Amino acid sequence: MFFAVNDRPVSFIWRPHNSLLTVLKLTLEIKDLHVAVGGRQVLRGVSLTVRYGEVHAVMGPNGSGKSTLAYAIMGRPGYEVTKGDVLLDGESLKGLTTEERSLKGLFLAMQEPPQIPGVRVSTFLIASINKRMGADDLTRVKNPLVLKRIYDAVKNVGLSKDHLTRELNVGFSGGEKKRNELLQLLLLDPKVVILDEPDSGLDVDGVKRVAEIIQELREKGKAVLLITHYPRILEYVEPNHVTVLYRGTVVAKGGPELAKRIEEEGYSFIK
Amino acid sequence: MTIKLRDKILPEKGVEELLGYAVPTKTTVELRGRISRSLVEEISRIKKEPDWMRRLRLRSLELFEKLPMPNWLRGIEELDLEELTHYVKPEAGIAERWEDVPEEIRKYYERLGIPELEQRFLSGLSAQFESETVYSSVKKKLSEMGVIMLPMEEAVKRYPDLVKKYFLRVFPASDHKFAALHAALWSGGVFVYVPPGVRVEEPLEAFFLIGRAMEGQFEHTLIVADEGSFIHFIEGCAAPMYKGYSFHDGMVELYAHKGATIKFTTLQNWSKNVINFNNKRGIAEEGARIDWIEGSIGSRITYVYPSTILRGRGASTRSMVVSVVKGPYLKDTGSKVIHVAPDTRSRIINKSISVDGGINIYRGLVKVLRGARNAHAHVECDSLILDSKSMAFTYPHNQVDEPTATVTHEATTGRLGEEQLFYMMSRGLSEDEAKSLIVLGFLDEIMAELPFEFANVLNRVIQLEFKKLGGLG
Ligand SMILES: Nc1ncnc2c1ncn2[C@@H]1O[C@H](COP(=O)(O)OP(=O)(O)OP(=O)(O)O)[C@@H](O)[C@H]1O
Ligand SMILES: [Mg+2]
Repeated sequence: MFFAVNDRPVSFIWRPHNSLLTVLKLTLEIKDLHVAVGGRQVLRGVSLTVRYGEVHAVMGPNGSGKSTLAYAIMGRPGYEVTKGDVLLDGESLKGLTTEERSLKGLFLAMQEPPQIPGVRVSTFLIASINKRMGADDLTRVKNPLVLKRIYDAVKNVGLSKDHLTRELNVGFSGGEKKRNELLQLLLLDPKVVILDEPDSGLDVDGVKRVAEIIQELREKGKAVLLITHYPRILEYVEPNHVTVLYRGTVVAKGGPELAKRIEEEGYSFIK
Repeated sequence: MTIKLRDKILPEKGVEELLGYAVPTKTTVELRGRISRSLVEEISRIKKEPDWMRRLRLRSLELFEKLPMPNWLRGIEELDLEELTHYVKPEAGIAERWEDVPEEIRKYYERLGIPELEQRFLSGLSAQFESETVYSSVKKKLSEMGVIMLPMEEAVKRYPDLVKKYFLRVFPASDHKFAALHAALWSGGVFVYVPPGVRVEEPLEAFFLIGRAMEGQFEHTLIVADEGSFIHFIEGCAAPMYKGYSFHDGMVELYAHKGATIKFTTLQNWSKNVINFNNKRGIAEEGARIDWIEGSIGSRITYVYPSTILRGRGASTRSMVVSVVKGPYLKDTGSKVIHVAPDTRSRIINKSISVDGGINIYRGLVKVLRGARNAHAHVECDSLILDSKSMAFTYPHNQVDEPTATVTHEATTGRLGEEQLFYMMSRGLSEDEAKSLIVLGFLDEIMAELPFEFANVLNRVIQLEFKKLGGLG
């Protein structure tokens, strides 16, 4: 069945990270999702599927509901699913807290991550990593290899060690915040990655680096939901699928050619 | 940031859990009811006090009757002084060895690890249960240096001239109604005198327990550091759980003579049954220093304002208050400094954390009198509010009558927003773990300034208080 809907069925199957079983389970499925925020119906029936080893781009003009979709998947309080469902590996996420969804392997790189005064980046990273390893003390580094991994990842996303001792996102430039999101992404190693406009606010080198990281994630067999309303990044990383949202509904679906069309014509053809 | 505490002397359980419900203990005297002349005289008679102290009490009683209820107090409506037992004498003497303390009482202290702490870390300890001291011991080395540490009542009898010079002179009973009440009913507490030039490197500690409901505890602590001496005094308090409430109206007076240093550290960990009113004030003479550290964790309601009068040239003070309110309780805290002399310096650091409906109020004062040339004061006041049910208010007050003085003030209020919590939880942390990280980060700076042993204890107590916020214990 999936051969029919998949762009690259063959290369996909040969990837050693993906057992046939996980492929068959279709990974992240969003089914007829309706979401109300602050009493307002923001999403009105969104369906899409993100498979392991694929990049699914979600596009749409400002205010079309892209971030709302991301928050609803992560179970953010206040984002009420009024109809439809989100399934991970065939299981509904209904009733799971954000914490539980994260521990199941979901990760959201936020469009505008908030500042957390008082909490150092290193403390936060170590706590998140320790939590995943089941440590009873979230603040101590038990294995020195963890520190090495952190230093490597810091370099990888183009931040410096100094950022580690700074308070989380406090006084970070727009680009530094985005890189800090990628840093967490690399260290937490989730299986489903939602990137909410990871390219905005980044310089050209930054955008290229994000594209490389997305490419690596895909190669490692992650499922990537890439939200963007600006197709520039799609020049560097070709999506397997594109879904276009407008006013809370899906108005177009297609492959990379849909992104190209948006790049040339803008969103006028869907409005 | 050291968070895990492997220190055996620090119990793994919360104080309320450790002490459990109050067990009945034997008493020989209980005085309750209306606060009257005959009640005050009876306390004085039981204590076999000299006449000057009896008269001091009676004068204070008159003041208590005259003075109005402080109009800035909030939340004190439930306090009915008439229904309290104002004096409870346990059936126990003042022991010098723990074996000699009655078992039910000793058990409370043992559960808190106090005797062990004493052995390892302290050069003297005084323990009070209800209205009287039940244990008092000073290491020999200290007595040899001429340091005096005695239950307050004994000091009144044995060193009347010394005591008279300072008692209620630093904190006059006329200051407010509860100071007057304290002065009329005081019982227990510690007197410490450090001779000139003597440095007491290991701290002295006094520990206070209130073992029953509907009781008033009014201990009086007076510390005199003579010229060029040094002392660190620690004060701890706790209570088991019971139905109803109890009332604590203690007083601390510090006198630092020329060039002396007094560090006074409090770890307040009353159970949620205690309404806690504290009266704390120190006077620093020329070149002297007074440092207050107040870890205000427990209690139902707390009013505490560590205050210093910088009376001599070049005197200085630092006051650090950490106030944690978790649950539907209230803390009204704030440091006060009065700069009287030139070249005096003060620094106030106040950090409050409000969570689960808790309310923190900061009420501080910096007053620079005319003539306190080049006085320098800095106030830093940070509030952290962890949810939408909780609140923090700050009422800093500066009154500067000296043009050459520098007074600076910084205040921050951080409210943990829904988005921040979501962000942290989206990395796999639970709500409580996220809050713990934020709290410990917020206190990072203050923990670094504390003496190691005390930082450990405070850290532990905060973690226990936030145990439901778990994951860090
Ligand atoms: N808390 C809220 N209360 C009311 N309306 C909201 C709330 N949050 C989002 N919305 C509305 O929902 C719509 C979708 O917002 P969303 O942030 O999902 O858009 P977006 O596609 O991510 O836009 P952008 O490209 O600007 O990031 C917008 O009209 C927005 O105003
Ligand atoms: Mg958005």
